[in-house]
Amino acid sequence: MNHVLRHITLFLLLALTVAVPIHSVAQETEPPKKENFDAKSFIFGHTGDSYCFHITEIHEEPVCVWLPVIVKCKDSGWHCFSSKHICELKEGETYNHKGANFYISPINADKYPGKLVEVKADGSLSRPFDLSFTKNAFGIFFVCLFLLAFFLPAARMYKKNPMAKPTKYQGMVEWLTYMVLDDIIRPNIPEKKVKKFAPYLLTAFFFIFFANLFGLIPFFPFGANVTGNLSITVVLALLTYFFVNIFGNKHYWKDILWPDVPIFLKAFPLMPIIELISTITKPFALMVRLFANILAGHIVIMVLMALIFIIGGMYGAGMGGVMSIVSIFMTIFMTALELLVAYIQAYVFTILSSLFIGMAQHEPEHS
Amino acid sequence: MDLFLPESGLVIWMLIAFLIVFVILAKAGWPMIMGAVEKRNTHISDSLLAAEEANNALAGIEQKRQETMAAAQAEQIRIMKESQELKTQLIEEAKTQARLEAEKIVADARLKIEKEQAEAMAEIKNEVIALSIDIAEKLLQRELSNKQSQNDYIEQLLRNNQPKIQA
Repeated sequence: MNHVLRHITLFLLLALTVAVPIHSVAQETEPPKKENFDAKSFIFGHTGDSYCFHITEIHEEPVCVWLPVIVKCKDSGWHCFSSKHICELKEGETYNHKGANFYISPINADKYPGKLVEVKADGSLSRPFDLSFTKNAFGIFFVCLFLLAFFLPAARMYKKNPMAKPTKYQGMVEWLTYMVLDDIIRPNIPEKKVKKFAPYLLTAFFFIFFANLFGLIPFFPFGANVTGNLSITVVLALLTYFFVNIFGNKHYWKDILWPDVPIFLKAFPLMPIIELISTITKPFALMVRLFANILAGHIVIMVLMALIFIIGGMYGAGMGGVMSIVSIFMTIFMTALELLVAYIQAYVFTILSSLFIGMAQHEPEHS
Repeated sequence: MDLFLPESGLVIWMLIAFLIVFVILAKAGWPMIMGAVEKRNTHISDSLLAAEEANNALAGIEQKRQETMAAAQAEQIRIMKESQELKTQLIEEAKTQARLEAEKIVADARLKIEKEQAEAMAEIKNEVIALSIDIAEKLLQRELSNKQSQNDYIEQLLRNNQPKIQA
């Protein structure tokens, strides 16, 4: 402990001795360049979706992984090109592909911020149907491939030799699977139906869990804010909605359409309407909860990072240097918290999904 | 705000990717893992049950063995006791027989001694009688000599025959 403390103190002292002269030099030579740091576009640029996978910048040259842009315009049809062409455009330029002009609307624009827009001949902007394989789509596929690569070999080993002593890898897979199965799914779903619904719930849990974890790793194949994006959570929530309502039994539908309440409450269909709305609000809450929690975590981390530049811009590089130390410690704390949130949100999404599915499978006890 | 609107393209990608993974894992992933683990669980619990049964059977056999051992030991003790008794009985019998035999021998000997004694007495009697007759004969031959000489003569005769009488 003392050892660690000594290192931290030494680091802080060193950082201060470096930071203070820079500060003074900066004041002597020239007034700090007032380059307005745009915190909003910084934060939402990193937490939002993007057409290319930005890794770093070397000598002001961006190092990116270019992803395919796939769009369908109303008049010119399908377009497919590398995002290199549109990401490297300077302000005011457009990229012409097969007779259509495209550019990415800036993140602080009023209309379609951060999205690919088509500039029509008359100068009006329109949003084509955008099926681009974006950073988040890449993140989704990366998580999906990881899931397949992680679980399928174990499944094959089990299929080949079910009675063999499990390897350590199989033990890990087993432990993860049965953690979800025994702690989340079994308590909520009737035993007979577990086999039917477990595949969806397990897939959802591990998709969310690994997407959350990968979102915390800030470099190339990871780092896409997958679960902090409403498009992803809306699909997951819709699938839960589908599994709850399509497989809901007679009793469940009777409770919604003809609940045990006085007749005047259901004849004028007040209760059925409330119940029907509640079937939608439940997955809606799932969707927003996951999205908001993950996005909030990412935004807090990005704000802590942005603080360095804001403080640096306001009080000079020296204060920025001091702030960076504070920011780094707070970011470490936030990332540790986010690790916890990554598991908790996957857990909450899955446990609520299995609760809703289980409620729709509940058989009344005939007494 | 843009952040709170789902993006149709991303929704489609997500739907495609997630459903593919879901279908693959639902067909070839989870059922294999769950099935194998379930199978192994039942196998382990069955094996444990069988082992317990075997253990119980083994305990029964062990008990039987111990019982047999105890019975054998009791039998051994009993046989040893019996043989001990037999031995002492035999010794006792032999002793009494020997005593009887000895007694008989002693009795026989005594009888024999008595008989010999009687015979000896009879012989002595005969000797005495013969001597008396002899003396009487001699006395009769010298009857008419004096009384003194008669007495001396008797004395002399008796003295001569002293060893005979004493014997």
